[in-house]
Amino acid sequence: MNWILKPLASRIAVAVAFIAGLHAMKAATTQAADTVDATSLLTRINAVGPEGKGHRDATKAWQTLATADAKQIPEILAGMEPKNVLANNWIRSAVETIAARQLATGGKLPQSDLEKFLQDTRNAPRARRVAYELISQIDPPAGARLIAGMLNDPSIELRRDAIASHIAKAEKLEEQGGGPNALAAYRTAFNAARDVDQIKEIAEKLKKLGEQVNLPSHFGFVMNWQLIAPFENVNRSGFDVAYPPESEIKLDATYTGKDNAKVAWIKHTTTDDFGAVDINKTIAKHKGAIAYAYAELVADKPMPVELRLGSTCANKIWLNGELLTANHVYHAGGGIDQYVGSGQLKAGTNRILLKIAQNEQTEEWAQDWQFQLRVCDAIGTAVLSRDRVATTTK
Amino acid sequence: MHIHSIRYSTHFIRSCVALSSLFATIATANAADWPQFRGPAGTGVATDKKLPLRWSEKENIAWKSELPGRGPSSPIVVGNRVVVTCSDGARQDRILVVCFDAESGKELWRRQFWATGRTLSHPDSANAAPTPASDGKRIYAFYSSNDLVCLDLDGNLQWYRGLAHDFPKAGNDVGMASSPVVVQGSVVVQVENFADSFAMGIDAETGETRWKLARPATFNWSSPAAMNGPDGKPIVLLQSPSKLTAHDPVSGDQLWQYETTCETIPSVLGVGKYVVLPAKGITMLELEGSAPKILWESNRMRTGSASPICDGESVYVINSAGVLTCADAKTGDQKWQTRIGGTFWATPILAGEHILCINQDGKAKLVKSGATKGEIVGEADFGERIQGTPATSNGALFVRSDKHLWKISADKTP
Repeated sequence: MNWILKPLASRIAVAVAFIAGLHAMKAATTQAADTVDATSLLTRINAVGPEGKGHRDATKAWQTLATADAKQIPEILAGMEPKNVLANNWIRSAVETIAARQLATGGKLPQSDLEKFLQDTRNAPRARRVAYELISQIDPPAGARLIAGMLNDPSIELRRDAIASHIAKAEKLEEQGGGPNALAAYRTAFNAARDVDQIKEIAEKLKKLGEQVNLPSHFGFVMNWQLIAPFENVNRSGFDVAYPPESEIKLDATYTGKDNAKVAWIKHTTTDDFGAVDINKTIAKHKGAIAYAYAELVADKPMPVELRLGSTCANKIWLNGELLTANHVYHAGGGIDQYVGSGQLKAGTNRILLKIAQNEQTEEWAQDWQFQLRVCDAIGTAVLSRDRVATTTK
Repeated sequence: MHIHSIRYSTHFIRSCVALSSLFATIATANAADWPQFRGPAGTGVATDKKLPLRWSEKENIAWKSELPGRGPSSPIVVGNRVVVTCSDGARQDRILVVCFDAESGKELWRRQFWATGRTLSHPDSANAAPTPASDGKRIYAFYSSNDLVCLDLDGNLQWYRGLAHDFPKAGNDVGMASSPVVVQGSVVVQVENFADSFAMGIDAETGETRWKLARPATFNWSSPAAMNGPDGKPIVLLQSPSKLTAHDPVSGDQLWQYETTCETIPSVLGVGKYVVLPAKGITMLELEGSAPKILWESNRMRTGSASPICDGESVYVINSAGVLTCADAKTGDQKWQTRIGGTFWATPILAGEHILCINQDGKAKLVKSGATKGEIVGEADFGERIQGTPATSNGALFVRSDKHLWKISADKTP
């Protein structure tokens, strides 16, 4: 290319780039400004199911939904169905895509509408959480202001952030020497806390300030049990065998257990802050064995509950004779709330039965034969028996 | 790394300075993407022309970006994008895919989802344990909770599967860690556990199930591997504690099986006609005809948690005592051993004649592989716990911890 052509080529290149840029801007603007029929698109996305069911149509619907005008974000969030956990993720990613595009092109999000959406607790908890995160992204002080008032929010995610904010406030009061005020702030946060790590954190703060904390009651751990063991589980053979406690609860009965030994119910009250019952210590160490644990919970009225079990052993949970969950897993990790069985309490006495199965692994880390169970609502608020007796923990 | 988990320490920069660093630049083949666990061929062999092997506070750190969550998973590189998976939240139930510009370290996009499966894990691991994979068009991010996310390279959702939503007993509470592999349009995942144990081939384009196979109901964290069979057609290898099986990636049909006692964390790989199997140390199989034949077994090639790597000439393993061993791929004869020190979750990578090893404390050592000895020629310290196998692309090294993603490049000093 000679010296004459160079400027011309440059001008052409600039012109082409300018035109291409105009097209790109037009495309971006058009894409960002689309108003879509969110309701029908969300219906198609909410139809996704197991094994990829509905994916092909949902993918097409998502591609259109993601071009929606940012003003439609609250409308789109309203399409989240609380129990449709798969579709929730499709919808969330569409909202994130819309918001990211809007902010990248210098646009604004509909903050006022998002705040209204967030504060309306009739909306799906996860949808409200997305609204909160968007608000916090574009206006952090607004996010902080809003979250401070959500200490008892039905969304566990929002509540968690509110409690974190409250803990920080209490710590500040403590640093400033405001003993009673700090104590009150910690107590408020403790009463609202539902996440295990936050409960533990605040309990430690309260204990340091000389405050009594009843962790078992806060969590809803069942402390008083009737136990019977061992029944046969050699080669994991007993997990699906219905031993007598599965068909009758007679606390004065004796049965033939493992190796033809007579077994009988014994009463046990745990003193562990987290409701742990060590069967190896309470009954005796057995391998290839089954234990049953029975407790009663007196409720004033019918209500849905979750029975949350922690156990490294295989297990089943029954509530009033209904099997809520069965997990034939041995020594594969553990923790509070490891297994969740959802059921319905009736007014009056409710019968809780657990089956805790030990296998025959010989490794040191496979010797635990224990469990902990709490009764709570869907966000972890304790459901206590009306006749709950105060217990002492160590 | 692969059941990538790990504990870390701190203060990368200070440690880098204190320990100094070393390395020369090494020459390898062509620059390439790093699209999956153990790189483009799944062998741990880098195809980059050169790698930066000297870094410190003032040297060769192109950028360092913060990550929004934990993860023992490895970064992958697709074109100019570096993709990392993370998990966050009180229950590790917020799962993220984050994409960075490889040149600048700027976050290009981030997508978040709610896990639909079990999220409990050992404290050293996290939900974002499996390494994502890419076919160059899409990203397939897999998690311990058995959520499988498919995004295009710009972060647009293509589909979302909750495998534990479909099969609620799938998973374990130590944490799953098997990484997916993409071959012939199938995203192959291995979900082996005590309850609902299976392997699955999922249509990469639609997210629909192509096939599902029952697998042994026991612990297993190893990852599937892809290679070509004797007829040149792709096959997928699935390693379980009691056997290795080979499958057609499209139909899932089993082609052959080899029964032996396999490890449950380090993963099989295929290179050329060889299958490097972490079993009884290393078991080397050769593919011929319709079934593999054993070339050699060597219990002197015992693996720790890091997976073996192999370039077709030599096999390298790091054992649980932190000793790097090199053996002849054809005979199994040991060439050399070198004590690296530390506990390794991150699988080493091989670039030319150099092996880069990063232990769980973030201490990196570079070993020059000779005919009869492996010589430590350099070391550095990230100062943070490192579980993920490093990635390389265009002469740069990408390393992630629970907090940061580093680009180390000989061409880009800050």
